[in-house]
Amino acid sequence: MPARSDVSIRGVEISYGPVRVLERLDLEIAQSEFLVLLGPSGCGKSTLLNAIAGLTDVDDGQIWIGGTNVTWHEPKDRGIAMVFQSYALYPRMTVRGNMSFGLRVAGAPKADIERRVREAAEMLRITDLLERKPSELSGGQRQRVAIGRALVRDAGVFLLDEPLSNLDAQLRAELRVEIKRLHQRLGATMIYVTHDQIEALTLADRIAVMKDRRIQQLGSPDDVYLRPANKFVATFVGSPAMGFLLGKLGTDPSAPMFEAPGVKVPLTGYAFAERPVAGQGVELGIRPEHVLHGDGDIAADVEMVEPMGSDKLAWLRIGEQPLSIRLPAETPVARGDRLHLKLPAHRLNLFDAASGQRL
Amino acid sequence: MKSSHINAQIALLPAILIALVVYCGTTGWTIWISFTNSRMLPSSVMVGWRNYLSLIGNERWVVSVTNLFVFGALFISAALVLGFLLAAMIDRHVRAESLFRSVFLYPFSMSFIVTGLAWRWLLDPTLGIEKLAHAIGFSWFHFDWLVRPDRVIYTLVLAAVWHAAGLVMAILLAGLRGIDGEIWKAARVDGLPVWRTYISVILPMLTGSFATATLLLATSVVRLYDLSVAMTNGGPGVASEVPAKFVMDHLFERANVGLATAAASTMLVTIVAVAAPWLYYQQRGRRT
Ligand SMILES: Nc1ncnc2c1ncn2[C@@H]1O[C@H](COP(=O)(O)OP(=O)(O)O)[C@@H](O)[C@H]1O
Ligand SMILES: [Mg+2]
Repeated sequence: MPARSDVSIRGVEISYGPVRVLERLDLEIAQSEFLVLLGPSGCGKSTLLNAIAGLTDVDDGQIWIGGTNVTWHEPKDRGIAMVFQSYALYPRMTVRGNMSFGLRVAGAPKADIERRVREAAEMLRITDLLERKPSELSGGQRQRVAIGRALVRDAGVFLLDEPLSNLDAQLRAELRVEIKRLHQRLGATMIYVTHDQIEALTLADRIAVMKDRRIQQLGSPDDVYLRPANKFVATFVGSPAMGFLLGKLGTDPSAPMFEAPGVKVPLTGYAFAERPVAGQGVELGIRPEHVLHGDGDIAADVEMVEPMGSDKLAWLRIGEQPLSIRLPAETPVARGDRLHLKLPAHRLNLFDAASGQRL
Repeated sequence: MKSSHINAQIALLPAILIALVVYCGTTGWTIWISFTNSRMLPSSVMVGWRNYLSLIGNERWVVSVTNLFVFGALFISAALVLGFLLAAMIDRHVRAESLFRSVFLYPFSMSFIVTGLAWRWLLDPTLGIEKLAHAIGFSWFHFDWLVRPDRVIYTLVLAAVWHAAGLVMAILLAGLRGIDGEIWKAARVDGLPVWRTYISVILPMLTGSFATATLLLATSVVRLYDLSVAMTNGGPGVASEVPAKFVMDHLFERANVGLATAAASTMLVTIVAVAAPWLYYQQRGRRT
């Protein structure tokens, strides 16, 4: 593995004809970091990953890997390895052929190839499958082989484009753990594309949430989950989704307050990013598990209860506005009950009602 | 369920009858006639293998069969190679794709008669390319294969490849388009040169398309008749005769039905001998 494998994306722009896909995008990925690119379909995640790999030309900007400007290098010369959503295995070659073909064409010594394939196969527990064809493998096994093909390249940077999207839920969870373990063991830099926020939260050191040609937020899973930078991130990350109440800020500057019909929430203890403007229209966001009930002074009617195994989700109505609360499974609550809620200030997320930016 | 099964069989009965009578009946009759001494009209006097023996001794028949094998081998391989190159070219340069596709496929929309005539004029030393070359000053240019007995079969190959390469291109292009783009990306990351990717990764994925194209080309090899008639009428001498033309000529012009049916039966047996194992192999391949 090369000594340095940090990745630096500097002002990258990419368009397909008149359609701008990435706009002045900057991103620094540290050595051995696990960075997840998270965003809805079509937001340009694959385009960015392909640009890092050298499979898509950039219109402007630079890409540096390991301290070298690789903007115009061929993919094979960038010290990267890649895993694809559709596995992209060579269908007429055996597993061994798939894993070794690139090395053979590059003229690596036979013994060296043999050793690297063996080590990768052991690491992924696919030694038994080496002489099989891809068509004789299950989806999970195929993706292991695809990861194995990336492993033998001995690259410093791994690029993974939705590697688990074609698998069923159980296999996905299994391989997710495997990929995480692999990352810890190899110490390689990994850039992982997904539209699945659970994958992002469980795998990432840092998450870059993308939408509309831009990175909306770059931060640790905790940052993204607990302190979303805007309403889009707040909505996109987390399941069950964050609830929102539309209202405005109170007029008393000494005791900031969120006000909506039937709701008054004191904001003392909320970490304002900038000085709030009295009377400003805001949206209050709070995750269902952060809503407290019992001694609060916000009256809410239970409209529906959704059991989720370990706990349950109650859909509430406060005046005209909906909100949900996550409760322990044994809580006795039913449709028609009235709860008294408390929304703790340090768990709140306030967004400007017009721009959607965090306050 | 059961009754609808029977209904379906009743509905298919005319088709089955026609198939039995027309195909099997006439085939059987042809084979039977080939063992008679029929000349202009069918006769029922059996003469055993006599027609077959005279076929083997017939120089024109021997030339026809040799031509068929030479033509078949060259035509199929050249059409596959050229068709694949065209398909790969179009697949890589998407611009003006539909124009190229139409241009390459256009010859296939003509009959072999038209193709044959066109190439006959083009290759005629006193009319076509050679005359043109001389007219613009290349007086050293010389291309008379059309009238050379030892080369004429290659001009047939040339015309037929021009005719059929577009079809091969269309079939293989469809195959290429079916290949997942991520395979190409994976190959690039693996550092495979483009030509290597084609040979080691893409071609093996196109075996189905190649089999289809080969089958279609092979049937036109067996049917080869009109091209020879239009381009050379079998000449010079008998140098560009082909089996189908041998059969037609003996059936209708030379009034030797016995010899013609013997030739036809020989072709049939040859084709079955080649096709049966192939079909069997295909069927087995599908089942596993
Ligand atoms: N080859 C292409 N030609 C034209 N538009 C493309 C091409 N590839 C992607 N796009 C467009 O660019 C946008 C981003 O695509 P992509 O990076 O694949 O998104 P993601 O991987 O986030 O789902 C999409 O709107 C898509 O339609
Ligand atoms: Mg994608």
